[in-house]
Amino acid sequence: MTDILSLSAAQAAAAIEAGELGAQELFDFYRERAQRDADANGDGLNCFTWVAEGVSDTPLDSGPGWVDATGTSGSGPLAGVPLAVKDLFCTKGVPSQSGSRILEGYRPPYTANAVTALTGAGATLLAKTNQDEFAMGSSTENSAYGPTLNPWDRARVPGGSSGGSAAAVAAGLAPWALGTDTGGSIRQPAALCGIVGLKPTYGSVSRFGMIAFASSLDQAGPLTRDVTDAALMLRHMVGRDGCDATSLDFPNEIQLPSAERLDGVRLGVPAELRALDADTAGAGAEIEPGVRACFERALELAEELGASVQEIRLPHAPHALSAYYVLAPSEASSNLARFDGVRYGLRATDAEDLLDMYTRTRHDGFGKEVKRRIMLGTYALSSGYYEAYYGRAQRVRTKIAEDFRTAFEQVDLIVTPTSANVAFGLGEKTANPWAMYLSDYFTVPMSLAGIPAISIPCGLAGPGGPSGEGLPVGLQIAGPAFSENRLFDAGFALEQALAFGEGAARV
Amino acid sequence: MARLARLALGEEELEPMARELSAVLDHIAKIGELDLDDVPPTSHVVELTGALRPDQPRPSLPREVALGRAPAVDQDGFLVPSPQA
Repeated sequence: MTDILSLSAAQAAAAIEAGELGAQELFDFYRERAQRDADANGDGLNCFTWVAEGVSDTPLDSGPGWVDATGTSGSGPLAGVPLAVKDLFCTKGVPSQSGSRILEGYRPPYTANAVTALTGAGATLLAKTNQDEFAMGSSTENSAYGPTLNPWDRARVPGGSSGGSAAAVAAGLAPWALGTDTGGSIRQPAALCGIVGLKPTYGSVSRFGMIAFASSLDQAGPLTRDVTDAALMLRHMVGRDGCDATSLDFPNEIQLPSAERLDGVRLGVPAELRALDADTAGAGAEIEPGVRACFERALELAEELGASVQEIRLPHAPHALSAYYVLAPSEASSNLARFDGVRYGLRATDAEDLLDMYTRTRHDGFGKEVKRRIMLGTYALSSGYYEAYYGRAQRVRTKIAEDFRTAFEQVDLIVTPTSANVAFGLGEKTANPWAMYLSDYFTVPMSLAGIPAISIPCGLAGPGGPSGEGLPVGLQIAGPAFSENRLFDAGFALEQALAFGEGAARV
Repeated sequence: MARLARLALGEEELEPMARELSAVLDHIAKIGELDLDDVPPTSHVVELTGALRPDQPRPSLPREVALGRAPAVDQDGFLVPSPQA
């Protein structure tokens, strides 16, 4: 009898292909686990906003005629592997609220391209996962569905905004999951939950059907148990889509990684990010000693595998967070203008007139953090402040992209900790927005430059964890645009050498 | 600003919102220290040319599907309160 839980998604696909495992058996196994978490209410991890009744819930076509149907019936290279999908991906006929009350009861008339690409390759829709509302947050505490808990320590957050996806994969409630990353929303929760997460090159995966947060930054990507699964999922997601004019043909085929060594690979460590201490970041936001130790150990290991490590400069990286918190809220204030109570979702009742209906609907429907960012973006775009905020932030973005281009003339890949800290306590950062925003310090520069970056587990640190041995630490590896194959190879070689193991306590 | 953002905010929400936004703006203001005069702005990170698709008519969302998720509908349109009640 196969131990289903121990199989990675790639192994499960191979077992189905070889006839050793039935697709229905695999689906039922995970459906039962996911449903149990969903039914547990306060006693579960609260990973899911919806769990499929059966395989027949899998949306196979993109719906109403203006997109070509891409579905096939459960055949293909991913045949029968269940997939958990972040709530903000539209899934036809299935609740899709982006973690917000304002989309209460919304069941989209079509399915996101990233989802149909995977179901078209044979994956089945297992569940929708919890997230920060409209992907705004780093802890999955800003959700209309309540917070998701970290399976390593339930008093702590799983990171965010793709926290439901990360926690579900870490706890073995789903073989793998789809998330989105705007400033770190795949990489940071992957790091805090001890799994692998990739933010692909901007444009490599279609954004069609993703409920938008910041359109020049949003990118869909995999959250998986290992690097091979991340490569396998990405392979079936990339490509130009006529419904997203910013999507691109991926210039090469995504390979499953096989590198055992890193001979000749030049790794760069940005001095500006390595030096994040209490003086630059503020007390409590500096790199934790345990995280630093794991990071330095990963660098030593990389050298043992044949890589060279050198310090590089990203002079504008310390300004990335400031620029990001102008650009992302600005785009959000524009994108979220569509939620006005007219066409879908919530509408406030007893409005005096149209304007009153708009403002009260948005008051009732949006959570605190979303309101904060809409206000921030509205301010940054308003007449008289536009050039000082939005205009300047766009220029900082240019400098950050230039910094990376210069750095990649000297090194092949750039490595940093994914997050300065291990998973923090529930409620610890909710009262101080900037402290929460600092969670993205290491991930935002790559987002602004549009380049790919992967987070892999690189050890345990600090107090906490199931038996006090610590909580997961993530290593971020970034490369130039479309260097995903190199990221997977480097991540795979380090993953084999690090032997991170089984991960979180399975629930 | 709340009115511009089409957000109703209660009295009790205004003070914390103003305080939190001021703190965030203090951090953001650091980009004011950089010399950016000759730097072009970036609005899109990937070079794209010829992103237009062929101009071919295709079916759009059928009206009943588009209206099917609305809070209020009247005949063939979305029903909303009058702009000046």
